[in-house]
This record gives sequence, C-alpha cells and structure tokens, in this order.
Amino acid sequence: MKYLVKPLFAAAIALSPISAVAQSTVYIPNLAELSGAGAVSGTNWRDGIILAVEEINAKGGILGRKLDVPHVDTQSEASIARAQIQKMIDNKPYVILGPVFSGSVLPSMELSKAAEIPQIMGGEAAAITQRGNPYIFRTAFGQQVSMPKIANYMRDGVKAKSVAVVWVNNDFGKGGRDAFVAEMTKRNIKVVADVSTESGQVDFASDVVKVKNSPAEAIFVYTNEEESARFLREARKQGIKVPLIGETTLLGQKVIELAGEAANGVKGHVGLTADAPVPALQAFGEKFKKRFGYANDHNGIKGYTAVYVIKHVTEKIGKFDSKAFAAALHGMTITPAQEPGILMEATWDKNGDIDRQSFLGEVVGGKQKIVEILPKAGL
Amino acid sequence: MSAFIQLVVSGLATGAIYALVAVGFALLWQTSQTINFAQGEFVMVPAFFVLVAIKYWGFGYWPAIAVGFAISALLLGAAFKGLVVEPMLRHGVLPLVISTVALAILMKEAVKDFYSSQAQQFPAIVEGTDLDFLGAVVSTQSIAVIVVAIGAVALLNWFLSSTLTGRAMQATAQNRNVARILGIDVERMILYTFLINGLLTALASFLISPIYLAKFTNGETLGLAAFVAAIVGGFNQVRGAVLGGLILGILDNLAAAYVSAQYRAAVPLVVLVAVILWRPQGILGRVEERSV
Repeated sequence: MKYLVKPLFAAAIALSPISAVAQSTVYIPNLAELSGAGAVSGTNWRDGIILAVEEINAKGGILGRKLDVPHVDTQSEASIARAQIQKMIDNKPYVILGPVFSGSVLPSMELSKAAEIPQIMGGEAAAITQRGNPYIFRTAFGQQVSMPKIANYMRDGVKAKSVAVVWVNNDFGKGGRDAFVAEMTKRNIKVVADVSTESGQVDFASDVVKVKNSPAEAIFVYTNEEESARFLREARKQGIKVPLIGETTLLGQKVIELAGEAANGVKGHVGLTADAPVPALQAFGEKFKKRFGYANDHNGIKGYTAVYVIKHVTEKIGKFDSKAFAAALHGMTITPAQEPGILMEATWDKNGDIDRQSFLGEVVGGKQKIVEILPKAGL
Repeated sequence: MSAFIQLVVSGLATGAIYALVAVGFALLWQTSQTINFAQGEFVMVPAFFVLVAIKYWGFGYWPAIAVGFAISALLLGAAFKGLVVEPMLRHGVLPLVISTVALAILMKEAVKDFYSSQAQQFPAIVEGTDLDFLGAVVSTQSIAVIVVAIGAVALLNWFLSSTLTGRAMQATAQNRNVARILGIDVERMILYTFLINGLLTALASFLISPIYLAKFTNGETLGLAAFVAAIVGGFNQVRGAVLGGLILGILDNLAAAYVSAQYRAAVPLVVLVAVILWRPQGILGRVEERSV
C-alpha cells in the first residue's frame, strides 16, 4: 500500500485544478509606475502590455500557454520597486516586465540578475546596460544612442552655438544630462546654462527665468512628461523665444495634451511614436486609442513590443526557459515580417541595448509631426 | 533687473494662492480651534469637481466653476464640519488633527482611484498673453491670479469688518460665550467660517491648477506651504496669513533662482524656524489676541 501513496499523491496534485491553471498559463509580472511622478509613463507602458497580452491570449497564448500578467505599482519609488520585484521573483516568473523609471530599474535589476530572470524594461539611463547584466533588456534607446542623434540635430538642424540644458535630478535626468553635455563638447557647442530640477516639481518659474536670461540659442529640456508639460507652460507664460528642443519625453502625446498650446513649436528626437510614417505604428496607435480612449505615447509602444519580444523569442527557443531566453535575445534582430507585433525592426546587442530607426519631429498645431526618419545607429 | 521682476511677479502669484489657503487655516483656527491638515487636499480636490462637471456632465467652463464652488462649500465646508470636526473636536484638538491627516490620505487616494493618478490639464481663467513691465515679460495669467486672489481676500476683509454677519463672526472668534449672551447664533457663525474656507480653497484650486496641472498629489506641497505661511504671518490674524503667503511665494522663487533649486523646499521651513525663535506669534500676530 505504501508504494502506492506517493504516486497517487503526485497524480492528485498534478490533476488538481490549481496545477492545471499553473500549467496552462505563464507568469510574466509587470512592475510599473502606476501612481506618483511616473504615472504617465507607467500607465502607458501598462496599457501597451494589456493590449498585447489580450491579442496573444485571444490567439491561444505562447506555445499553448496563456499569459498571466499582473500589474504591480511602484508608486514611482525605487524602494517599493525593489521590494515588489523580490515578491515577484519569489513566485518564479518566466520574464519580468518593467519598470519604466531608470531610478527604479537600477536597484531592481540586481535582484532579477541574481535570480537569472530576464527583465525587459522601459528605462533609458545609459548606466542600465553598462553594468554587465546579461538579463536586462531595453525597449527604447539608451541615452548613449539617443543623445548623439539629438546633438547632431542641435548642430545641423538648429545650428546652435550655445545651449541651455534643463534636466530632472533623477537617474534618467542625470544620465541624459551627462551624455548630452559630453556630446555638446564633442561638437564645440557651449553649454551656457545648466539647470537641475526636481522630479515631481510643480513650479518652474525660477528655472525658466534662469534659462531665459542665459545667452543660449536653444534650450534642451530633459525632464519626465508631467514636468515637461509644466515647464512648457511656464516657458510660454514668460515668452521664451529660442527653440525648445527635447527627446521623446518633451514631444510625447501626453505632454502635448497637458501643455496645450504651449507645446507648439517644440522640436526634437523621437524614438517611438504612433505619429511616425510607419503603417504598423499608426495602426497600433488607432488600436490603442480604441481600446483605452486616449492617444498612447512612446511608453505604450514600448510595453506592447516588450510582450511581443517575449512571444517571438519563446517560440524561437521552443520552451519556457528564462536563461535560454536571455541568451537568445542577445544579438537577435526581430523584423515585422517575422513578428508583426514588433512594429519596427529592432536589434539587441550583447548588453541588452536596442537599436532601431528613429525620428525627428516637431509639434505643430497641437500635433506631433515627423519631419525625418533617422537610420539605425548600428550598435 | 528684469529677471528679478519676473521672479517677484511669479512669486506674488504663487504667494497670493498660498495666502488664500492660509487665510482659511487662520479662520478655522480662530472660530473653532480646528487645525486642518487636509487643507492642501481641500485645494487639490475642487479642480476635479470642475473636471468632472466638464468631462462627464458636459458643462462649460464657468458653469463648471460654479458647480465646483457649490460642491466645495457643501462637502469641504458643511460636511467637513458636521462629519469630522464636530464629532472629533469634543475629544480634543489632537484627535481632530489626526482625523484631518487621515482625511487627507482618503481624499488623495480617492481622487487617484476614481479619477486618475495622472496629471490633468486644467483651463486658466484668462488666456495667457505677455505684458512688458520694466523690461520684464509678465504674463496676464500671473496678473489675473494676483488680482483675483488679493481681491478675494479684500472682499473677505470687507465682509468681516463691514457687515453684521461678519462682525458676529468676529465676536464669535473673540469670545464664544459673550457672543452667545449677545444673541449671536454661534453655531451658524462657525458654519459660515467653514463654508468660507471651502470657497477659499476652491478658489485657490481654480487658480493654481492651470499652473501645477490638476493632480492628486498637489495638496502635499500646498498644504505645507499654506500652514507655514499662516504661522509666519500670524495664525490669529487674517492679514498676517496674507502677508505670510506672499512672503513665502516670493522667497521660494528667489531662493530657487539665486540660492539652490534643490534646497528650495527647505526655505519655508527655515523661515518658520526663524519666526518661531524670534517672533512666535508671527510677523503680524498678536500675543493672546484672537480676532478675524
């Protein structure tokens, strides 16, 4: 009789409804800034993920397993992000999605690295992929890729000889500011005002006065979306006349919505946008708006493509193996022909950095207008 | 010089809004010994009443503003008095303070859950055009904020000093028992104070939200700034609260521009400590005197 107990017990466990559910789904938790200073970014990222998960699950999931993607709020706090990712790791995820804020990615990615779980996130700070972590992957350019592009535009498009830089004092902003200043120095463009602002800052009157009274021929604004909108409104109030140049966080749809008329005339480099002359991106933008009732920004595209990266790589390796996943994604190029959900051809290098085409854009009449497509950087 | 003028004008605009909120602090304290630590959230939430009226009920801007004032007076004035202050105050000031802290959290989380955690655009009362003033570009929005806020405080001052009801409120603030003997309906006067506070915070909300954007976290900054302003100016004087608000607004801007943007948040607290050390009753406050 005792020889029968163990096999019967094991069979009972295997056939139980709980086990059946676990086998039929794959756990891919998402950690995002759903409140606090990063709510705009995190909500877009989450909704992009929701859209992709709904599509994939409606078609039967990945390798026959549906995606189980719970969304956890970091409250835009690094300490909460770190605690939440530890809880996720305890539940043995296949891949972790998020967070978006670099300040939350940096402390949390050490835990996913130790657990050998791939983490596909939205952070853009250069430092993220410079720490030899084989489990971290970007969904957007790192600053070491985007800043040379914006610097070239500052030199060739704006033709500025002197610039002011306004940046947010967090990991994202500091990394961007350092990369931007280095690129300006290489091009003999003088940084005549260097203004640090705070994450979540609401009053930009003094910051605008500082840059306004500098001899800058252009102002580079590198803050998160809500702060960018507040800065633009204040700049408009104080009658700033020199060009306002930025990255995706200055030209994004949410910034345009919040800043209103004050966003008109803003120019810069855009990594991802649904307004690009790329049919797949435009179709995504329409789907997103229909599903959630608002226009997505670049974080929506980042979240959406992150899930399709998981689908493509998993189908390629033919199993749910976290270590094999990470190894396979290094050096991989995914084209829309291979995986339509990737929207644009993208390549990941050995550090987890992503390379793809990008855009130069400007805000005209309350809408983002793409004026030029830039080629891949060739990492 | 033009930069200095711009900083002062911007500071005055922000300070005028702090003043509105600080006056509410002072009024509540004088008439009912209520220290409202949800005062910042009282400024945050009326903007969302207006946004709901515009977005979901299809109201135009001005009707929505009227709705915002009405709901604020009702909920942040009468309901706050009846449901929070009266039941708690009989147990002492400390339980009431703790209740208002809890109320602040409740309001913040409720806005986050029921409306949005994201910042929302809020329309300004006037279109922003630039004016040249001594070489400085000054926005009509800033001027409008200063005029409306100072005008509201002046109107309140006139009401308190020149109308029968206002004088009755002052009498209630100075000595409740004597006011009763004189036949003043003390409870009604206290209710009026709460209604006025609701309206003042709503006005502050409608003026600040186009600049800060409407967001559930806005109360954190505003509540602290207004509380400090009220103490700096003198908690027992309306004019003190006004002065405190204006000083704080200007100092904040000048400190951010000429000292350090990183330490700007510490400036109000340094001023607070200095005032407590050298003039504990506040700049315009009077020792042991209470009047509105």
